[in-house]
Amino acid sequence: MKNSYLGQAWLVLAISLVFGALLAGVQVGLAAKIAANKLNETLSQIPNLVPGGVADQSEEVQMGERAAFKVMDANGKHIGWVIKAAGNGFADRIELLIGLDADAKMITGLYVLAQKETPALGDNIKKAEFRDRFNGKPTDAVLSAAQSPEGPDQIQALSGATISSQSVCDIVNGATDQFVAALAGGEE
Amino acid sequence: MATLDGPTPLERFIHGILPENPVYRQLLGMCPTLAVTGNMKAAMTMSAATAFVLICANIIVSLIRNQLKPHLRILVFTLTIATFVTIADRLLAAFLYPMSKQLGPYIPLIIVNCIIICRCEVCASKQTLGPAIGDALGQSLGFALALASIASVRELLGAGTWFDLQVIPFSDQAKWGLMVLAPGAFLTLGTLLGVANWISGKFSGKRTAA
Repeated sequence: MKNSYLGQAWLVLAISLVFGALLAGVQVGLAAKIAANKLNETLSQIPNLVPGGVADQSEEVQMGERAAFKVMDANGKHIGWVIKAAGNGFADRIELLIGLDADAKMITGLYVLAQKETPALGDNIKKAEFRDRFNGKPTDAVLSAAQSPEGPDQIQALSGATISSQSVCDIVNGATDQFVAALAGGEE
Repeated sequence: MATLDGPTPLERFIHGILPENPVYRQLLGMCPTLAVTGNMKAAMTMSAATAFVLICANIIVSLIRNQLKPHLRILVFTLTIATFVTIADRLLAAFLYPMSKQLGPYIPLIIVNCIIICRCEVCASKQTLGPAIGDALGQSLGFALALASIASVRELLGAGTWFDLQVIPFSDQAKWGLMVLAPGAFLTLGTLLGVANWISGKFSGKRTAA
């Protein structure tokens, strides 16, 4: 027994089973709460992304490949959209929420769900000061970031973080184009 | 077959804080020490998560130490540590979601933090529950103090805040942005390490080689 495989490995097998059960228990206990945390973060941003929007009234819809929220106001009137968008930034994937008006013609808000840009430089994309620069931009415009903006379609880039700023523009451009097309296609 | 003549729980506890401080004396756990000390909140969350894993791992390893096969012990340590790291990660995601997002991959990386496997090997696999718990508490406190010292310097100089509270009224231009970036971590760690060596040299009456 002492020199058999089982004699050597019984402890490893036993603790694997115990730890496996423990982890399964933790997952069962917490998975719903973790999923709710993620959803809540999105829902809590709806009033900021679409002014007047109420999270409780809004519903999640699938637009082509994209998850989106149809945003209603307190009276149940459809006043806008919140769409999820993601793409590569300077360091890693950037995940955004984009608020649009009811016709998806204008950007009404922007929120950064996840990013790992350079601390103190690129990660300033999550600050309202930068995000607010997108408000009121038309969705059919091709936005770009510039240190000294020369037209309405240029966004003032963050100093020291031109690539992060441009990445956000690219993600917004791609996502809004796709969404507008999906919306037009879906409603015909 | 416990070694009964090892250090007592109190000795283990005190050793962890300064004489065998994991960061300043053993130079272990450099990854979180450099990566998450940009601000106090992140540093203290990391310390708490590491403490949870270290205490749980030391308790389990001490309880099963007489059944350990020498050539399989590292495997058992790693399994134990990985389990509690995963639990810590899930708990953070459930109850401290924003902090979990900020720390990102560094919580799962506690698995490869050498402090924990080192304490399992040096203390918990050889001593009874008392010293193992004392050791885990002392080392956790030592790690937390080390992270706090580095994070305080970096957050104060880099952002003018401490635990997100404004301490120095810096304008945006006056902030020493370098301190919250990677080079600031190396500069602060190196300087404080030198100070720690100098102090311990003074106390013991002779300079220890760095």
